[in-house]
Amino acid sequence: MRQKIIAAAIAAAAVVAAPQALASEELNFDAYRQMLADGNPAELFEMEGEELWTTARGPKNATLEKCDLGLGANVVVGAAAQMPRYFADTDKVQDLESRLMHCMDALQGIPSAEIINGSFLKGERAKVAALVAYVVGQSKGKPIQVDLAHPKMKEMYAMGEKTFYYRTGAMDFACSSCHSQDGKRIRATSLPNITTSKGAAEGWGSWPAYRVSNSQFWTMQHRLWDCFRQQRTAEPVFGSDVTIALSTFMAGKGNGHEAVWPGVKR
Amino acid sequence: MANPMRIRAAAKEGVTEVRVLMSHVMETGQRKDSSGAAIPAHFITELVAKHNDKVVLNAQFGPSVSTNPYLAFKFNGGAKGDKVTVSWTDNKGESRTDEVQVA
Amino acid sequence: MKKALLLAPLALFASVAMASDLDAKVAEMMKSSFKANGIASLDRQVQDEVQKACSSPTQPDAATMKRLEEAQLATVKWPEAGNYTGGDWQEGARIAISGRGLTWTDKTPDNNGGGCYNCHAMDPKEVSAGTIGPSLEGYGRIRGNSEEIVKYTWGKLWNAKAYNACSDMPRNGFGKILTETQIRHVMAYLFDPASPVNKQ
Repeated sequence: MRQKIIAAAIAAAAVVAAPQALASEELNFDAYRQMLADGNPAELFEMEGEELWTTARGPKNATLEKCDLGLGANVVVGAAAQMPRYFADTDKVQDLESRLMHCMDALQGIPSAEIINGSFLKGERAKVAALVAYVVGQSKGKPIQVDLAHPKMKEMYAMGEKTFYYRTGAMDFACSSCHSQDGKRIRATSLPNITTSKGAAEGWGSWPAYRVSNSQFWTMQHRLWDCFRQQRTAEPVFGSDVTIALSTFMAGKGNGHEAVWPGVKR
Repeated sequence: MANPMRIRAAAKEGVTEVRVLMSHVMETGQRKDSSGAAIPAHFITELVAKHNDKVVLNAQFGPSVSTNPYLAFKFNGGAKGDKVTVSWTDNKGESRTDEVQVA
Repeated sequence: MKKALLLAPLALFASVAMASDLDAKVAEMMKSSFKANGIASLDRQVQDEVQKACSSPTQPDAATMKRLEEAQLATVKWPEAGNYTGGDWQEGARIAISGRGLTWTDKTPDNNGGGCYNCHAMDPKEVSAGTIGPSLEGYGRIRGNSEEIVKYTWGKLWNAKAYNACSDMPRNGFGKILTETQIRHVMAYLFDPASPVNKQ
């Protein structure tokens, strides 16, 4: 009997405490993120990517050690913080994923079409994600530093900004519908204000990330793809111009701020 | 074959702190796939940590532990250069052992 | 001197031409960078008048806004015989809570949620409510149920752009996101005194 009473009292206390806890903590993921920072499972993907970088693979049985991410062949430290960037050899603005895809194609003979037409978390596209984890991990604590001087970078940035405000699809949404005011939320999820430099860095610099809710590692390509899904547009093509343009806009806007790479998300 | 663990071990004032990140699906057996079929249980059941050859931790794991488990613990003793070995075994009989040197 | 005067209008012309060039390039990219998947066809990448006018950080001038709003208001389907009642607030709650529908992973374009809680607080007990739109807590209790407010609410739910051409809110009825029956249920959720929205 006595035990029962105690149990009831505890239950009552829990009921009273819950709404307060929810209001102050459930809606704030930062504390949880800090707890996880030490054991961010994204590190498992970093390890896989690091091994992939030096493993001879593909029809040409080559490693990626000749891959130039913008700072010279095999220079990985700090490379992600300066991407997207203009690459003279392809005469294109490339983000990390499209650059890796180019290297895999050119050096290893792994056809880009296989990645573009594949699915996230599967096959060669999953390999790209692991490589992304490794490369961004080598820019930990570095400020975002994207060089917008080249005319093609300027144009990509301008197109990204226009795209950010481009309303379309079944629900009339643009990126700006959710990401142009400070302190707003969708349900319990805080939304960065990407029209500000700080907010753009928050958005750009906290992906790629490990998502605790589904135990998956998501690259920025994956993040943007799911943004468009929820925006109710048609499906963006992996590595397509729209993804590069938005990435260039976010990274350029966030210039100078520190990135949290790789991040950890609900 | 199972993916490698990420292990870090650091000794300070006679105590060694070990942090382990394991790569494992930790499937509970309670979930269903998109076609409604149960996804078979697949989780770590036992974990053993050794300092050189001496067992310092023996843990029973179950399906309530998250995917890609993270484990941190301390043991008395240990010095720079010592060996820390962590092994796990799962319910399908798969196992993985990784070791690091104490930093 | 004369040369300088001539140059200025030319420079202005060039930048205007470049801006519209860029707009054309972006509109093209919004098609070429996408592919159809299931119910999400490439038609979705083409803007209608309202979407086009509201795709910049600043909204169009007042006259344009008014013209767009009038055209959108004309699309609202008003209920038979001016009868806005008959909805079930419990059904309305389910619609307000569900944010599902119309993505390329949805099998059919029907059976969508309203996604109201993504942006609005409604039932004061629901903590996980978005803040992009205004709070709707106590909607009917505070606003009453005059014909004017009831009619406005129906119109707003059917086509939010009829009242603010650049509203962030989707056009539920016009865009076939919700059916007329579903909108009736959401009306009940907002106005019924028994609905948790109107409880304190």
